[in-house]
Amino acid sequence: MSITEQKPIISKLEQQELRRLLADDKRIDGRSPLQYRSINVQLGYVEKAEGSALVALGNTKVLAAVKVGVAVPFADTPNEGILIVNAELVPLASPVFEPGPPSEESISLSRYVDRSIRESKTIDLSSLCIVPGRSVYSLYVDLYILDYDGNLIDASVIASVNALGITNMPKYVVEGQAIKKTDEYFKLELKDHPVSITYAFLDDKYVVDPCLNEEYASDFTVSMTIKSDDRFCAIQKNGGGMIPPRKVIELLDKSIALGKELRTVAYGQLTGGNG
Amino acid sequence: MGENIVLFKEDGKRSDDRALDELRPIRIKVGVLSNAQGSAYIEQGRNKIIAAVYGPKEALPKHISLPDRCILRCRYHMAPFSTSERKNPAPSRREIELSMVLRNALEPLVMTSLFPRTVIDIFIEVLQADGGTRCAGLTAAVLALADAGIPLKGLAAACAVGKAGGRIIVDLNDLEDKYGEADMPVAYNPTLDGITLLQMDGIMSKEEVEQALSLAITATQKMHKMQVDALRERFSVQRREV
Repeated sequence: MSITEQKPIISKLEQQELRRLLADDKRIDGRSPLQYRSINVQLGYVEKAEGSALVALGNTKVLAAVKVGVAVPFADTPNEGILIVNAELVPLASPVFEPGPPSEESISLSRYVDRSIRESKTIDLSSLCIVPGRSVYSLYVDLYILDYDGNLIDASVIASVNALGITNMPKYVVEGQAIKKTDEYFKLELKDHPVSITYAFLDDKYVVDPCLNEEYASDFTVSMTIKSDDRFCAIQKNGGGMIPPRKVIELLDKSIALGKELRTVAYGQLTGGNG
Repeated sequence: MGENIVLFKEDGKRSDDRALDELRPIRIKVGVLSNAQGSAYIEQGRNKIIAAVYGPKEALPKHISLPDRCILRCRYHMAPFSTSERKNPAPSRREIELSMVLRNALEPLVMTSLFPRTVIDIFIEVLQADGGTRCAGLTAAVLALADAGIPLKGLAAACAVGKAGGRIIVDLNDLEDKYGEADMPVAYNPTLDGITLLQMDGIMSKEEVEQALSLAITATQKMHKMQVDALRERFSVQRREV
C-alpha cells in the first residue's frame, strides 16, 4: 500500500523564504529558476562493471554501473536483449533512506529511468540477440544514490546513459548447442541521448533541477524526458497537487530548450562535445 | 509478432470500431459493497474494476499519522485472473508504482485537513484488465470517496490518450496500448482546471502531446458528467429506500 509520505519538516521560515525569493525569480542557492546546478561526469568509475559513470549534479551524487550477462529472452520478445534498471537509495546517502526492500520511491525512479532509456530506443535491443529464443545479452543498469540533494531522476538518467555509452560488450560465439565467451569486446552503441528535465512547483511558480529543500517545499514535480530529436519519450508528475493543462504545455516548450543545453553538458564526453 | 496487428481498419475506424476520439462504452455504479464506507464499480470496454474506501479512521500505528490532516493509503491491485497470462498476486513493481501515482492523484482532491490524525484507505481491485486500468480505477476511486461522504474539492476522471498507427487517439484499449507508439494517462478535475495524474511513455512530439492533452480534457469532461450521473443515481435510490 502506498502511504502519504512524511516529508521531513523544513522550517516555515525557509519555506517562506524559498517562495519569497521565487516571487522575484530568485532561488536560495543563487540560481535562476531555469538554471541547472553544475554537472560533473566521471566515466568508468567502477572498473569491474562493463560500463559505469559517477554523476554529480550539485551535491546529488549518482553512480550508475552496467553489468552485462547472457540470459534466456522473455517469451514475448525472443529476439531482443534484456534491459533491467534498478535503483538503490543507499542509506548512507540520506537520513530518509532506510535499509530494506525497495521503497516505492526507488521503484518509481528506476521505472522512470527504464522508460526514458527503453522508449527512446537508446539501446537497440534487437541487436543484442545471440541465439533467437535461447540466448540474448542482458544489461543490468544499477543506480546507486550516494548523496541526496534533490532531483534524483535527472541525475539518474544522465548517469545511466553515460554508463551505457561506454559499456564494453563481451563477444560470444555459438558452438553447437552452447555459446562461448571470447576475449573480444565491442562497444555498445547508443542510438539516442535522452535527458530528463524535472520541474518543482511552488504555488504557481516552478524551478528546474530542484535541490532537496526546494523538492521538500514543493507541491509536486513534473519530469519530462526528451530525445535528441526533441520528441518526448516519458513524462511523469510526482507528488500531489494539480497542474493546469496550459502549464504542461508551457513546460513542453521549456523542456525542448533546456534539453538541448543539458544534453551537451551531460553527454559531452561521450559525443566529443557535439551533443 | 507486431506485423499482423491491425490497429486501424480500412474505413479508418479503430480495431473495436471506434472513432479516434471516441470513448469505450462506460458503465458506472456507485455503492456496490456492503462493508466499505464508499465503493464504486466501473466497466470501461472490457475493464471491470471495483474501488472501495474505508475511513476516515484512526491512523495506527500512531507514528504514521499527521497532526494537521489525514493521510491516504492506496492500493492498486490486479487480480491473478485479470489478464491473459495469470498474474502473480504478489504486488509487482508496476502495481507499487501505480499505487503511489494514484494516491498522488487522489490526495489533492480530498479535504484532508478536516480529518487530522486519521487515515483513509482506498482499495482499487482490477477484476478484468483491458488497457487503461489505472485511469478507470481512478475514476471509480474518486466516486468511492464521494460515496463515503468524504468532502472533496471536486471530482476527477481519468482517461488515457496516446498515439497508435500514427494517429492520436482517446481511451486506448489493450491492443493499442501494447502495439501503439505512446500512452499518456491523464486525470483531470474540470471544476478546478487541474491535472492530478500525468504520465506518458512512448514517443510523441510536442504538438502531439498538446493534441493528446486537449483530447484528454474533452474525454475526462464527458466522464465527469457520467460520474455525476452515477452519484445522482446512487443517492436518489437511497432516498427511495428511506
